[in-house]
Amino acid sequence: MKPLTECTIGCEGRIVKIKAKDPIKGRLFSLGLAKGSEIKILDHTLAKQTWEVESDGTKIALREEEAASVFMEPVGGCE
Amino acid sequence: MRYGSCETDGSGGRNGSGADQKVKKIRVALAGQPNVGKSSIINSMTGARLHVGNFSGVTVEKKEVFIERDGYEIEIVDLPGIYSLNAYTPEEQVAKKFLYNEDYDLIINVADANTLSRNLIFTFQLMDIQKKMILVVNMIDEVEKQGGMVDREKLEELLGIPVVLTSAKEHRGVDEIVDHIIEVYKSRKPKNKLFYDERIEEQIGKLVKVLHKSPHFKDPDEARFIAIRLLDRDEEIYKIIHDLPIFIELHEMLGQIYRELEMEFDEESTSDILSDERYAMAKALVLKALKKPPKKLTVTDRLDRLLIHPILGLPIFLFFMWLLFQVTFEVGSIPMDWIDAAFTEISNTVKAVLPDGPIQSVLADGIIPAVGSVIMFLPNILILFLGINLLEQTGYMARAAFLLDGFMKKFGLQGKAFIPLVSGFGCTVPAYMAARTLKNPKDRIITMLVLGFMSCSARLPVYVLLIGAFFPTSHAGNILFIIYISGAILGLIVAKVLRTLLFKGEPEPFVMEMPPYRFPSMKALGVELWIKAKLFLKKAGTFIAGASMIIWFLSSYPHDSRLAQSYETRIEATVDEAKKMELQGELAAKELENSYLGTIGKTIEPIFEPLGFDWRVSVATIAGLAAKEVVVSTLATLYAVGDADEKSNTLIERLRENISFKAAVALIVIIMIYSPCIAAMSTFWAEVPQWAWRGFYLVYPNVLAWLAAFGVYTLLGALGY
Repeated sequence: MKPLTECTIGCEGRIVKIKAKDPIKGRLFSLGLAKGSEIKILDHTLAKQTWEVESDGTKIALREEEAASVFMEPVGGCE
Repeated sequence: MRYGSCETDGSGGRNGSGADQKVKKIRVALAGQPNVGKSSIINSMTGARLHVGNFSGVTVEKKEVFIERDGYEIEIVDLPGIYSLNAYTPEEQVAKKFLYNEDYDLIINVADANTLSRNLIFTFQLMDIQKKMILVVNMIDEVEKQGGMVDREKLEELLGIPVVLTSAKEHRGVDEIVDHIIEVYKSRKPKNKLFYDERIEEQIGKLVKVLHKSPHFKDPDEARFIAIRLLDRDEEIYKIIHDLPIFIELHEMLGQIYRELEMEFDEESTSDILSDERYAMAKALVLKALKKPPKKLTVTDRLDRLLIHPILGLPIFLFFMWLLFQVTFEVGSIPMDWIDAAFTEISNTVKAVLPDGPIQSVLADGIIPAVGSVIMFLPNILILFLGINLLEQTGYMARAAFLLDGFMKKFGLQGKAFIPLVSGFGCTVPAYMAARTLKNPKDRIITMLVLGFMSCSARLPVYVLLIGAFFPTSHAGNILFIIYISGAILGLIVAKVLRTLLFKGEPEPFVMEMPPYRFPSMKALGVELWIKAKLFLKKAGTFIAGASMIIWFLSSYPHDSRLAQSYETRIEATVDEAKKMELQGELAAKELENSYLGTIGKTIEPIFEPLGFDWRVSVATIAGLAAKEVVVSTLATLYAVGDADEKSNTLIERLRENISFKAAVALIVIIMIYSPCIAAMSTFWAEVPQWAWRGFYLVYPNVLAWLAAFGVYTLLGALGY
């Protein structure tokens, strides 16, 4: 289990924990990021300040702070 | 856990025969998550009359369509996109308030077939409201094209509400929605009952019992809805029960229920428990009713590799922006000459047909040239709007926000603020409303305070006119780009200053959906443009015509007959044609100077004198506070009335003769920075309740504008211009 920000582009896995508090937690949830969802790291900006992930067909942009509060169990594609 | 419904009774069948004389009205709320294509569904309905207005009390655009069918008048209200009833942004609040408080007959919930399970979570929340409901699964073509399938009947059976599969793009299923509306409306209320885990249902039951004690919640459906929302920690609902006599009992019970459920489910909050429930239900439903297309690299994936590339992304974005302003100027200037010629023709006809006098003058010198000088810019404005709409609707805008978030954060803003900022290039009014997507009040107010620096399309006419008069044509597009970019940069700097001085603290978290790239429907774009053109022409025909009439009156009166007489005798006495012309010009100029407007202009001239403005430019600048197009129409009137020389026909030539280069640049700077139009200012007032900010908003842009213009004027002077 590690935060998204410690993963590399192309990394795939499953969300195991979301540490964010409401209302961010609620927002992440309504975009499809919940405990148990599949997740894939798609992209980050040069300075890794903004991240893009995909879950169940939805692409979501997150800032570093929010991405760090989502923890995944990588299964593949990681370096 | 179960999902399902009570059986629909057969009463839906009896209809039609005993036709009612009166037209029956059906009011429908169209609700769905953002980017599911609600607007395109509305736009592609056959025989629908579109009406654009505002939601009561707020300035969020409200689109409604009216359809007449089988003796019913159906009104469909398009609500702002909303991800969840646990609303997050102010815009979502608008949709939520409508769903809770307004009077409507049924809900149409639009979902995106591509992201069905996420959409269904919201569908479940909507079903809790206990209204009649239809689920529309849109963009079905995209799923099918990739080899997927949605089992409509299965979905209907499991949800217990009618389901329609649509593709607004291919005009598939859209008109069936109307049939379903009538059918569902006529059927005796088929309850869409959704059942949660038994342990939750048990607690809902307890709450309902207490709620029944209040005369407000005798209806079991409503009581159930209130109970569920209370478990979902909905503050709005909590506020409602807060004032009721049963509150004390309810409050105590709620606390206990929260504790019990949270212990039992081992979750932090009952809201999380409900979320998990809905999530699981959605997953189970999708498993049965959706055949997922095989995972392939989509067009969006491929485009994103390039467009949000860590290194190439930003240059590509800048190129798009540059292209937008180039096209706006270059293509927009083509029909300008035709429009100009047409209005000159109309004006000349009026002069030939009507007898000399004030009526001829107010039409031919006042209203027609003024309205014409503004309508000339309709092509530019439409192109700019089309460009911004394309950026927004193709999904590129979200990418730009992604790319710029890190950069914007440095200036104390967040990536999402980029969307209102770019919309600001179109019109400041909707841009203020777009700022509602920012949740944090500090972020919102900073964004709104700097939004005015994003030059709106109404300022475009002023820029185009001044650039045309004072810069070489070959650089026109680039100069325009520079003006817009400097406005944006100034906005960022001011945002940073505001953030450091007045709004300490971190910007709001950035979490945003990146919708797939889509080519927007031509019809929808056409409709948007048509609405825009209509509104603009209406504004030109009413507001700007009225303003120019006032300007004309103020500039033509009082009439000094002695002055006129003394000149006329001198003109008659001269033989030389050139001398005659000169005298006529002098007379016109003297008359204008003595007019009311001349007096006003002279009074305010000292303020603008350090910027090299004469009194006419000063008046035009002040008039621009009403609407930026008025700057152009005022200049047109003032230089037309004060100029009897028929040879220098165009406004551009007259401006060149009367304004220095550095004063023209100073004018551009003023227009770029000072307060936006009255409509925008009143929108700001409506959106920001704090008096301190309202006052600040009225003063600071104008002071800043003057200082910046003075700086530029002095600098250019020092450089020898």
